[in-house]
Amino acid sequence: MLGLGPHASFIIGAYAAAFFALGALAVAIVLDDRKQRRLLADLERRGITRRSAAKRRPAAAPTVTRTAP
Amino acid sequence: MTFSLNTLANPSRFLSFAGAVIPWLTALTVILLAIGLYQAFFVAPVDYQQGDTVRIMYIHVPAAWVGMGCYALIAIAALGTLIWRHPLADVAAKTAAPIGAAFTLVILVTGSLWGKPMWGTYWVWDARLTSLLVLFLLYLGLIALWQSIEDPGRAGRAAAILALVGAINLPIIKFSVDWWNTLHQPASVFRIDGPTIDPSLLTPLFVMGAAFFALFILLHLIAMRAEILRRRVRVLQQTQVAQAALS
Repeated sequence: MLGLGPHASFIIGAYAAAFFALGALAVAIVLDDRKQRRLLADLERRGITRRSAAKRRPAAAPTVTRTAP
Repeated sequence: MTFSLNTLANPSRFLSFAGAVIPWLTALTVILLAIGLYQAFFVAPVDYQQGDTVRIMYIHVPAAWVGMGCYALIAIAALGTLIWRHPLADVAAKTAAPIGAAFTLVILVTGSLWGKPMWGTYWVWDARLTSLLVLFLLYLGLIALWQSIEDPGRAGRAAAILALVGAINLPIIKFSVDWWNTLHQPASVFRIDGPTIDPSLLTPLFVMGAAFFALFILLHLIAMRAEILRRRVRVLQQTQVAQAALS
């Protein structure tokens, strides 16, 4: 490696572009995952749970009857 | 096979599976990327014709494998959506599209940056490059379709039809270099008579390929988990609104 030859800027540019494109994708996906987990946890904390979750926790407060995947 | 169908087809079990696998897959992806990048920059020799520019191939070619493989996955998932109407098939397809688009963008950008010093131009309208651009546009079309239809079921079925129609582009990409006279070089890895690349260049390529596929599976698992949770949140929020209206 080291001197990447006369076309070093093209090589570095290609790796930088790949790093930023895939890095931004990874960050967006992980942040979205965290957001959805936080939203679901917030709803469950307020007693709004799925029917299957309510069966596992019979003491929980109001439950819903609709299901989602 | 029975395990995968019966176990993973259930969204709750899929969430448990994803939660167990994601940490290990993260570690595997990081290790493979580290080994692959080390080999690409410090072990692989300079190509006699391309010089150091050959190092762009270690991201360009694996990105192409993943970009096309991702669309194949979407097409298979589209069958699952249309034939069995399985919600996980739709979730798999919907979450794969942005990932495939990002990898395809990497193919186009790194290919252009390789083309300028090697071909003297960033872009030519030859069959391989154009069909890859069409793949990128198909990904964007699928994403737009999912975003524009509010009902996930309807959106999934519409996107599944588009995905299956677009699947015809995959063999066109693969065989474009054989069917037409293109500036892009013919296949040199997956050939009936074996690879034409020297093993010293081929090994880092396969390691980076494994790293990119591991990264794809990792991101797809996380994105699928987020999408399943989003649909659950949506239903619970709708029910919450309905309960508030009744009370």
